[in-house]
Amino acid sequence: MSRSKMRELQSKRLCELVERVYKNVPFYREKMDAIGLKPTDIKSIEDIAKLPFTSKQDLRDNYPFGLFAVPMKEIVRIHASSGTTGKPTTVGYTRNDLEIWKEVVSRSFSMCGIGTDDVMQVAYGYGLFTGGLGAHYGAEEVGASVIPISGGNTRRQLQLMSDYGSTVLACTPSYALHLADAMPEYGYSLSDIKLKKGVFGAEPWTENMRIELEKKWGIRAYDIYGLSEIMGPGVSNDCEHHVGLHVHEDHFYPEVVHPETNEPLSEGEEGELVFTTLTKEGIPLIRYNTRDLSTLYFEKCSCGRTLVRMKKITGRSDDMLIIRGVNLFPSQIEHVLLDMGETSAHYMLYVDRHNNLDTLELQVELDESKLTDTIKDLQYLSKRIQHALNSAIGLSVKVTLVEPKSIARSEGKAVRVVDRRK
Amino acid sequence: MTIRQLSVFMENKPGNLNDVLSVLAENNINIVSLTVADTEEFGIVRLLVCDPEKAQVKLRENQFTVRIHDVLSLEMSPKPGSLYKILSHFAEAEISIEYVYAFSYGSKSIVVFRTNNREKALEVIRKNNLISITENDLKPNTNC
Repeated sequence: MSRSKMRELQSKRLCELVERVYKNVPFYREKMDAIGLKPTDIKSIEDIAKLPFTSKQDLRDNYPFGLFAVPMKEIVRIHASSGTTGKPTTVGYTRNDLEIWKEVVSRSFSMCGIGTDDVMQVAYGYGLFTGGLGAHYGAEEVGASVIPISGGNTRRQLQLMSDYGSTVLACTPSYALHLADAMPEYGYSLSDIKLKKGVFGAEPWTENMRIELEKKWGIRAYDIYGLSEIMGPGVSNDCEHHVGLHVHEDHFYPEVVHPETNEPLSEGEEGELVFTTLTKEGIPLIRYNTRDLSTLYFEKCSCGRTLVRMKKITGRSDDMLIIRGVNLFPSQIEHVLLDMGETSAHYMLYVDRHNNLDTLELQVELDESKLTDTIKDLQYLSKRIQHALNSAIGLSVKVTLVEPKSIARSEGKAVRVVDRRK
Repeated sequence: MTIRQLSVFMENKPGNLNDVLSVLAENNINIVSLTVADTEEFGIVRLLVCDPEKAQVKLRENQFTVRIHDVLSLEMSPKPGSLYKILSHFAEAEISIEYVYAFSYGSKSIVVFRTNNREKALEVIRKNNLISITENDLKPNTNC
């Protein structure tokens, strides 16, 4: 599709979208009224810059269904990702949304050359997380034989991969690396495995990681990008040339903006990635700031696709961590500690990668008044913290009690996280 | 019947215990008994000293996490089976011993312990006329 044809399509869809949300979502109507903007002021995709941004905080403030643009009877699926204050970021899909999701994921998989001859092992978690079900329906759509094994259970992953002759693995890149390294331990070697391709995503990964995964597995590895707020996996995907991810911009309109001024940046400049869901019905988002850092390229790709490309995500502009595909803000930890009130709120979070799996260790200062003369009281305390964290953030965390005042105090922005994964 | 014991929280790091000892030494505080309860990451050092309050103040001044707790302390006769005899009374009363340590001080054999039921334990001590150790028994003749 030519750029002008694409702009035309995007313009039409944006106008319809703005009209729809102005009518159906009080949140957008109030935001537009506040700056005196009417739906009729939006005449083409160029006018998008007039519209206000949407943030994760807006989703939280309107938890759970406040930003939905259709009545619940039209919502056929709900997904969620972990939130900062115990409230998950919640999204809803209409039947049509699921059709579009399936279409963009199938397009993404086609980009990797996946089709009816493939056996696809979907090792993303199934459930509230969008990874599993998102990949699942896209894989069925391209006609692959899907193994919906979900995440975890390394032994069974390798056994089925060998027995069923999986040709495609879909999971997080770190789990793919873990599986590769675990092969000898479970008695498998590459000669038992028919894997040809990997579609990896749900966490940022580098070009070097891609090369390492391709070498370890003897496969071609592709990057699939997405986030539940926008749709789930399948917002963009890279082709065999690995020169950025092709954005399905007929459904998800991307912009890159300056992290401080929010000014739209031009092609080639790095900033925060912002998406507008041009066709989504359940929870349409206008100029949603992902906080992922990227760059856009409009030049036609050697593969022939004219879709705008986004550079592989290089990092984030906020302090959100992605641990085993799960989003985690350090403030979530703080919230749990303050809520319990049994330790000081001084903590350090250490993120490590052992055998290619992310691990978390929380060091938290003991409150002197909680010191007793028996060890079991302290062990019980750290178990309780562990349990509270696990149910709040969905990740297991090793908890270590440390001496009061032993964690360095900072005068400016506190350093709460040490990420040793790189 | 009870004596005051210091509990010092300590991460497992080389030199940590020694730093506690140096504070006590510098302040001329005599240690009557010292035991360490350890786990993988941290330990609790249990100390009986001649002046628990002064020790707590000085340790806190030096950034240590320390608290004072009351523990039970009894005298044993220095012959085989005496500890067994004493603890049998608690077992019969279905009282759990959470931790216990024993040491000799001067001519006395002393057992220190914590139970899961303090009131019941005190009653056992009274009823069986067990000989309690007081803090005065642990004072050295010299100035502390």
